[in-house]
Amino acid sequence: MPTKTKRNSISKSNGVPRLKFNTGWEYAPAPESKSHIKLKDRYDLFINGKFVKPSSGKYFETINPATEERIAEIADANAADVDKAVKAARNAYERVWKKMPAAERAKYIFRISRMIQERAREFAVIESIDGGKTIRESRDVDIPLAANHFFYYAGWADKLEYAFPGRIPSSLGVAGQIIPWNFPLLMAAWKIAPALATGNTVVLKPAETTPLTALKLAEIIQESGLPEGVVNIITGFGQTGADIVNHPDIDKIAFTGSTEVGKIIQKAVAGSNKKITLELGGKAANIIFDDAPLDQAVEGIINGIYFNQGHVCCAGSRLFVQESVYNIVLRKLKDRIETLIVGDPLDKNTDIGAINSKTQLETINKYISIGKKEGAEIYQSSCPIPGKGFFCRPTLFTNVAQSNRIAQEEIFGPVLAIQTFRTDEEVIEKANNTPYGLSAGVWTDKGSKIFNLTTKMRAGVVWANTYNKFDPTSPFGGYKESGFGREGGLHGLSGYLKV
Amino acid sequence: MSKTVEKKSKLSISENGLEKPGPKKRLEVLKTYKIYIGGQFPRTESGRYYIATNNKGEQLANVCLSSRKDFRDAVVAARNAFKGWSAKAAFNRGQILYRIAEMLEGRKTQFIEELAKQDSSKSQAQKEVILSIDRLVYYAGWCDKYQQVFGTVNPVASSHFNFSVPEPTGVVAAIASQESSLVGLVSAIAPIIAGGNTCVILASETKPLCAVGFAEVINSSDVPGGVVNILTGKPSELFSQFASHMDVNAVVYCGTDELIQKEMQQKAAGNVKRVLIYNDVNWLSEKGQSPYSILDLQEIKTTWHPIENIGGGSGGY
Repeated sequence: MPTKTKRNSISKSNGVPRLKFNTGWEYAPAPESKSHIKLKDRYDLFINGKFVKPSSGKYFETINPATEERIAEIADANAADVDKAVKAARNAYERVWKKMPAAERAKYIFRISRMIQERAREFAVIESIDGGKTIRESRDVDIPLAANHFFYYAGWADKLEYAFPGRIPSSLGVAGQIIPWNFPLLMAAWKIAPALATGNTVVLKPAETTPLTALKLAEIIQESGLPEGVVNIITGFGQTGADIVNHPDIDKIAFTGSTEVGKIIQKAVAGSNKKITLELGGKAANIIFDDAPLDQAVEGIINGIYFNQGHVCCAGSRLFVQESVYNIVLRKLKDRIETLIVGDPLDKNTDIGAINSKTQLETINKYISIGKKEGAEIYQSSCPIPGKGFFCRPTLFTNVAQSNRIAQEEIFGPVLAIQTFRTDEEVIEKANNTPYGLSAGVWTDKGSKIFNLTTKMRAGVVWANTYNKFDPTSPFGGYKESGFGREGGLHGLSGYLKV
Repeated sequence: MSKTVEKKSKLSISENGLEKPGPKKRLEVLKTYKIYIGGQFPRTESGRYYIATNNKGEQLANVCLSSRKDFRDAVVAARNAFKGWSAKAAFNRGQILYRIAEMLEGRKTQFIEELAKQDSSKSQAQKEVILSIDRLVYYAGWCDKYQQVFGTVNPVASSHFNFSVPEPTGVVAAIASQESSLVGLVSAIAPIIAGGNTCVILASETKPLCAVGFAEVINSSDVPGGVVNILTGKPSELFSQFASHMDVNAVVYCGTDELIQKEMQQKAAGNVKRVLIYNDVNWLSEKGQSPYSILDLQEIKTTWHPIENIGGGSGGY
């Protein structure tokens, strides 16, 4: 934690008074208890309603990125296991799920939602242990949103014809779903809930660094009495994902992850009749006008880039500040960064938890050195970080050029690239000058300016005077190389239906 | 008497009433079939041509064999036109599409004749032209309605106003149906531009005549230059470029060739293009038109804004 003396040593910088957050009080540790969670030492594959050993006999370890300690070992599925899971899903689709009255289908999904709610605290702790995200976030964002997502889509199951005027939609069959490590349970919910509501069965692969909550979800699914094979959860690495993508008896591929892998998948399914939705990377512009409520905007910038350690595809990683307020915004931002607590994800006071994996930390550090080499000016919080585990101080770069790699490429970490602008036209041009188009943020007090900007951002989600908000009723997804198809809301149904 | 007739036959009277020497039969002015890029009618930059024929093998015209460079030029024109076209009021786009229908109606005879040259019977030709006009009117009407049908206001649990609307994908490169000269072309173009996209479309290789005539109709219909760009040539030469061009946002293929479909899907991955395949659609049927054809080339944008909660109670939608 930053010390009091250091903070008070400079009272002014750039003529802008510093904000004084420091009261001289230190935060006492407030760790969430791990006593109520139940974890096995070894997790097998969830196929056809049962946990079964992988045919390879191989397991890999999942570790706590905050301590680097082993949590459990996880089955590594190979092509034979994928085939088994797809067969189970196909069988369940043809024999049970397709024929079940939609209203009954709905009730299973409602039940799953309720069971997640009942066990929310356990899920939140496991999510933080396995992935490194702060308990505050997994408790208040990830787990409730996951439960709500199931609840929202459950209700759609018997109302689908109202979503597609003039058409009678029908299910596709077996959906193969591959999800990332940044919101493990939430992404599982985003994938499984609409697939089930629309009458499809599922083979889902969680990311190799964060498989635990998906496997706990498998336990809930087992307990819920959902017919065997309707949801199959198999764990493994990229190769397991590729085996799913290339399996000939899958009708739909839904992928959330990097643009690089998304392109490989789009290419791989070419000519196969598989329906595909991709939710890929982003490099969102967060735009601050001089008439914005600046203190709120600074909170929005912080939430935009440091939420979930910056492991967010829609993170506001490019900040555009109107020149006239640049000095004051930068000053406030630096002061605010100083107050962020980086450390134990299970501590309720922690703002920034652990970076998800060693590999990801290396990627972030690589970009930080690229930023420096390219001539941008780095500023990092002076906060202490734990000696063990994977951590990164909140970082920002100023003097960033539009062509710098840190302004063009997705870093997926707590690193902000700051640029300035003078006119609306200029910032619209700069903000859209990227192959990505997932999200954007706009901060101004003027209503007509908000709509000028929100209509001109080539991005799927635009937050005005807010940032990083999610809801099951709200469609999410990108323009351009950020992917296609929507997840959430009415629009999230069509990716799983023949319309 | 007979001498007078003979004398007359050596002279023909042109439209402006001037007597000119010439044969009895007036020499027909043949049409040069050119392509349509950025509101202009250039010849292909490649200087290449191919001969369009009818089923009997009779030559109908020398048609531009467009090159990859023509395609790239057309994409530049389409990209430049996108900003203006997508920003036009939906109502205005509807009026412009309706204007295209009006212009086509006025030139029905020309298109019926051209279809007849390309092996359609008189009644088939008539049906195709009338259907094409009506289809334009159908999509003209959709221009300011699909947003209401496909947009939503989302009842989020937090105190925010949240709504989702369709927006155009951008520049669309399309390969029109090979089977028809007019209705396939119109059915592909109309939903693309009704939704605010701009397009580059490759006409039927074997029946290209109407495409050039249709470009003239578009050119006289208040459609800004670059919104619709029409090329003639061979799909086999150009499909790969259509799918791989990095400044194209979506590709449309109206056809059944599985190899072309697959390769277009593969190449489209280069910049995550949207791929829309109309496999074996009968454009003369009811299935040839739908608001979902507009929706397929739209992006859904969701906008959030907080709602202030001062003065009791929380606001929401």
